Formats: sequence, C-alpha cells, structure tokens
Amino acid sequence: MSNKMKITFSAISENESFARTAVAGFIMFLNPTVEQITDVKTAVSEAVTNCVVHGYPDTMGEITLECEINEGVLHIKISDNGVGIENLNKVLEPFYSSKAMEEHAGMGFTIMRTFMDSFSVESALNVGTTVTMTKSLSIA
Amino acid sequence: MKIKHNVTKRGLYIYLEGELDECNGAIAKSKIDNLIEKNSTAPSVVFNMHGLTFMDSTGIGVLIGRYKKLKNMKIPTYIENPSFSVDKVFSVSGIYNLIPKL
Repeated sequence: MSNKMKITFSAISENESFARTAVAGFIMFLNPTVEQITDVKTAVSEAVTNCVVHGYPDTMGEITLECEINEGVLHIKISDNGVGIENLNKVLEPFYSSKAMEEHAGMGFTIMRTFMDSFSVESALNVGTTVTMTKSLSIA
Repeated sequence: MKIKHNVTKRGLYIYLEGELDECNGAIAKSKIDNLIEKNSTAPSVVFNMHGLTFMDSTGIGVLIGRYKKLKNMKIPTYIENPSFSVDKVFSVSGIYNLIPKL
C-alpha cells in the first residue's frame, strides 16, 4: 500500500514546527515507535531550518515537503527554490557552518544522515536545494 | 518554549521546557544570557532538560555558545536529565566532552 502527501508552505521559522508535526501526523497510522517519530521529526526540522536560514537568506520563498510511504518505508523530499549550495562537500562536513558566528552548530546534515536510513542532497546555485531521506518504519 | 530557573548553593539551575528549534533559539539565548549575567557569582550552571520535549541542532549551538561564555567566567557547566531524543542529538555532537552530563 502506498500513501502520499505534499504540502507547500512559506519559508519562515514558525513553519519548522508545523512541518515536523505534519510529518509525524502523516506516519502515525503505521504505529511508529516514539524513537522513530522523534528521529523523523528531528531530521525534518533540520532540513526545513536549512531552507529557511540558508536557502532564502534575504528573500521570502516557499518550501515543498513531500512524503510517501511504500511498504513501510517513509520517503521524504524537502525542497526550496532558493540560492543553492556552492560547495556541497564543505557543508556536509560535521561542524561546518556558514553562519558559525551566529552560533549555528553545523550539525544539521550530520543529524539527518544519522537519524534516517538514507540521505542525499542535490543543489544548484540560484535554482534551489532538495534533500531526500528515507526511513523504514516497519517493526524491526 | 519556557525557561525557568532556580538558584541554590550549588549553582544556577536553568530549566528548559517545551520545544527548542531555530524559531525560538535566539530568544532562548538572550533569556539564558540574562540569567547568567544576573548570577555571575554562581559556583556552577546546570541546564536541566527534563521538560524539553523536542530539540534539534539549534540546541547544540545554544548550549555551546553558553558554555564558551561560562568558560570565560570560569563557571563549570553541566547538563542534567535529557530525554532519550534530546540525549541522542547531544550525543551525535559530542557536546558531553565539553559539558558533562550529571
């Protein structure tokens, strides 16, 4: 059985909690464990925060969140049409932050990678960035 | 999120409650900094995480920033009572090497 959802929302900080709560609600019918729910919520929060803070530093844009559950596996795609990432290898390094002076930890991508089963990011300058993640929610 | 505090002989206890993310990270920082400045003679600062129901990597940045400030003030800093999920975020970052868990 496959189940899908897609939402587009304004890239503002207030929607970080909306996005992670929406995904948590979407997966609830699978009876995930508390740990699975918080892993997914944390990864979604990191991805959406990146779009808000880095994707649209000076403009007000939109974020699209797509989820699909297929055979007990959750697929998440979070994309923006923002400025893109110049050096992907650099930003994927743990503790690297382009905004270190503002006390950003530089751990967002590391957390997505650690908390989800698979993780990938595609980005093009002035086109946007898309993060794709999966996590099996079937009973281990 | 809510930030409560309690001053005892052992130090300044800061209780973080609710959800901590990028949206409220800046407010959390300034509230905590205010508490630290008002209690600059405290022998230690303990961040109690018991009431924190959600935290992403924003929390790492907030705590490392306060740790640096407190280190300059020569005040030892500790983390207490993180939930399983908050503990997982902290563990990934290695923050316990700087701020020990009580």
